[in-house]
Amino acid sequence: MSDDERPIRIVLAKLGLDGHDRGLRIVGRMLRDAGMEVIQLGLRQTTDTIVAATRDEDADAVGLSMHNAGHLTLAPRMRRALDDAGLDVPLVIGGIIPDQDVETLREQGVAAILGPGASTEDVVATVRAVVGRSKAR
Amino acid sequence: MDREDRPASFETMSGIPLDPVYGGGPLPGEFPYTRGIHPSMYRSRLWTMRMFAGFGTAEDTNARFKELLRAGGTGLSTAFDMPTLMGRDSDDEWAVGEVGRAGVAIDSIADMHDLFADIDLSQVSTSMTVNGPAAILLAMYVVTAEDHGVTRSQLSGTLQNDILKEYQAQKEYIFPPRPSMRLVSDSIRFTTAEMPRWHPVSVSGYHIREAGSTAAQELAFTLANGFAYVEAALAAGLAVDDFAPRLSFFFNAHIDFFEEIGKFRAARRIWARWMRDRYGARDERSLLCRFHTQTAGVSLTAQQPEVNIARVAIEALAGVLGGTQSLHTDSFDEALALPSERAARIALRTQQVIAHETGVTNVADPLGGAPFVEWMTDEMERQAEAVFTHLDAIGHGSMLEGVYAGIDDGYFVEAIADASYRFEREVNAGRRIIVGVNDFTEGDDHRAELLRIEADTEDTQLKRLGDVKRHRDADAVRHALAVVGEHAGDPNCNLMPAIIDAVRARATEGEIVRALEQVFGTYTERAPT
Repeated sequence: MSDDERPIRIVLAKLGLDGHDRGLRIVGRMLRDAGMEVIQLGLRQTTDTIVAATRDEDADAVGLSMHNAGHLTLAPRMRRALDDAGLDVPLVIGGIIPDQDVETLREQGVAAILGPGASTEDVVATVRAVVGRSKAR
Repeated sequence: MDREDRPASFETMSGIPLDPVYGGGPLPGEFPYTRGIHPSMYRSRLWTMRMFAGFGTAEDTNARFKELLRAGGTGLSTAFDMPTLMGRDSDDEWAVGEVGRAGVAIDSIADMHDLFADIDLSQVSTSMTVNGPAAILLAMYVVTAEDHGVTRSQLSGTLQNDILKEYQAQKEYIFPPRPSMRLVSDSIRFTTAEMPRWHPVSVSGYHIREAGSTAAQELAFTLANGFAYVEAALAAGLAVDDFAPRLSFFFNAHIDFFEEIGKFRAARRIWARWMRDRYGARDERSLLCRFHTQTAGVSLTAQQPEVNIARVAIEALAGVLGGTQSLHTDSFDEALALPSERAARIALRTQQVIAHETGVTNVADPLGGAPFVEWMTDEMERQAEAVFTHLDAIGHGSMLEGVYAGIDDGYFVEAIADASYRFEREVNAGRRIIVGVNDFTEGDDHRAELLRIEADTEDTQLKRLGDVKRHRDADAVRHALAVVGEHAGDPNCNLMPAIIDAVRARATEGEIVRALEQVFGTYTERAPT
């Protein structure tokens, strides 16, 4: 089966102690309804557990939900952990991310950032776009 | 400090004299208290304007507390950072990136001293929003006060200490439900005996609603949790009228105005009836559902954030017309970051406009008797009672067991996730308009100045924690922690005195939590479906 026929597989998780999981749950259902395979790790994950799931599930992308204002520390750590494991998959961040941090996060290798109020179409299109870009690379 | 001078008589802006209350009974202050817990409501005393604050180090938050008190705030409310809420010290591997970010970092008694420096704890009432490690933070507050010559019996305030809703909604749990309930009932027993002015549990629907529940689910799950705490305290040997007057509640004020007002009124009526009829309370104070209200964080939009000032005003008005005892108004920039000082001040000013300009405080329960308001109140009660019937059945006649069963089988989490997804789909489909998000989107060009947490907060806090650990008696700490572990293993022993001793020996929050964990174990939620 070619890559184009296989549904997109995405790992979703919360990294660290932050317990706000409403967005994570909604996004998981949105992506599943759009035909993607969602590997929901849920709360209190580490970069190690996320890397392992991404590798084991042969995922096309990783989505992190962040509402703890720790994104400037945690998102680059996640990116480095994926790179160190040789996993060339895009990292998408959703949650409370102030505008002024968006550029910094992009420079550190975050493929896309979804803010509060992002619609289902935004979320699905963003994941499709970053996965498509990654495959073309 | 909570009290404000109120006039002896009231008239409208145009000089029309007003009676204390209009309409028929039961009047405010009369069973089942649908119309309010006091006969005169805000005519004799305004609600407490309690603004939630916490960020950075204890010194940073202490400065914000003083600013809020200077600006006319009448109570303090502490937001702790995620590591503190999860029982992790700032030097814990799990804490990286989260120290002082979403609240204030508290590791030991030294931080608690700095948090309340130059604030007279015998005069101010303090709310502490913490659940998993609540008993430890309560112990720190007691020791801080006593070090300043204020006795524990003088302390007034509220500990959130509502662990059940953590498994249902907010997810800041540490231990499994049953040992966690042991800590809750130990703290209820302790404060009942030694801290008569303290509210040991604030049964909270706020987080249930923020996680996506409906108004009726918020009402039902919260009151069910309240019944569960009552049953746990009764099982611990307390008499209902000894502790029930000190239980309090915390609800969300969302944007659907009349639904919210109906919810608040139904909460009072249900609580009064259940406490009298099911739990045999005789003291009138045991029947009163006193509650704090906070406007809905989830209703705030990142788009056109100034519009949030209007949302917050409407939600706050629902809380006031619903008869709240205290109120936090969200800051307009909270969909983007923790509130800036300016945004927090505007939020407080919003409450002051409602209190002093609108005239809604001049009559007790001005909406009572309105057909739609009364219908909505009845409907909220009916939906909540249906949930109680379910929980009572799965708990085989015990609400405590019913709530445990609902946590164990995923009932609460699934019900909330379903409601949240339903709402999201309605917004996505355009069946629900959110101004600035899916309609009226032009004009989103102004960017407010946001609060930035200093990048060196974590370093500063790690240095402070290192100093504490270096300058304490290590043997005393080891001994105190061993006693905590020993007492945790003895269900007949109240853990509070051992925790207080450990705090006094300068054991850190994380160390005390680890000692408890060795006996209690930890809790992990199933991954979402």
